[in-house]
Amino acid sequence: MKHEHNDLCAQLQAQLPDYLDGETRAEVCRAIEAHLAECEDCRIVVDTLKKTITLYRAAPRDAVPRDVHARLVRVLNLDEFTSSR
Amino acid sequence: MSSVTTGRDARIPRNDDSDLVRAAQRGDPRAFAQLVEKYEARVYTLARKMMRDPQDAEDVLQETFLSVFRHLNDFHGDSSFSTWLYRIATNAALMKLRARKPPSLSLDEPFESDGDEMMPREIVDWGITPEEALLNSEVRAQMDAAVAALPESLRAVFVLRDIEGLSVQETADVLGISVPNVKTRLHRARLMLRESLSVYFKGRRTSDEGRKTKIGHRSSVIGQRFHSETRT
Repeated sequence: MKHEHNDLCAQLQAQLPDYLDGETRAEVCRAIEAHLAECEDCRIVVDTLKKTITLYRAAPRDAVPRDVHARLVRVLNLDEFTSSR
Repeated sequence: MSSVTTGRDARIPRNDDSDLVRAAQRGDPRAFAQLVEKYEARVYTLARKMMRDPQDAEDVLQETFLSVFRHLNDFHGDSSFSTWLYRIATNAALMKLRARKPPSLSLDEPFESDGDEMMPREIVDWGITPEEALLNSEVRAQMDAAVAALPESLRAVFVLRDIEGLSVQETADVLGISVPNVKTRLHRARLMLRESLSVYFKGRRTSDEGRKTKIGHRSSVIGQRFHSETRT
């Protein structure tokens, strides 16, 4: 049966920023998770939002290409003080 | 508790740079070179995410460290060296972005929006794991494109907080905006990126149809409900 969206969905959205950053009080957290267990759409939004954040945080840094590093060191006049790559 | 945690924050050493900075301020080129080598990948990552053009990113990298060198003696340790450095790098990126287009939103101004980006439209339960996604260059390119498409006032907040791994307070300090302002912009950015990735994975699911993917999709009217309650 399709879940009827109600004010809880809106309340959840208002709480999401703190919830995602782990700053929600325990009782609010429990209320959110109870709602997520009932509301499939909210669960998907929250799950994919968490996954989005996790993906970006887990991505490796952009390595500085060798030539970019070399030009930086040259501009700063630090050739003789940096490790060669 | 269900906060999103990864290794990113842990990867940022909060080492005290004060000895190196003091030595560099006294004119020791080896100390300055060590600071450059320690932070160049962070500055370059920030620059690559902020700028669409690789040459612009390299310019930001060089301008940042030239500026750090010129102003090193203006650094008095009121903030951490890395916060000071990120402030210089972010300003260099924003100045270059603004030099290339008509005046746009200032970071000092409240972020105005019609709220559209707050409305979840795509309810796509993409089941890809971070590990799978990060091994896939197409997904990584999509992630970069989605960040590049963010309005710059949101992009700067997202890059500092979720890519560079600064705390909310540090992000606020770097940008000179309030903590609530950081939180609002960060949430908008995350919602927009979620939307963008959901559209991508939905498209991928469509193209994979018949090949049994793990992604399920159904449409929803939930967005209007979200939207109406969350405008700030």
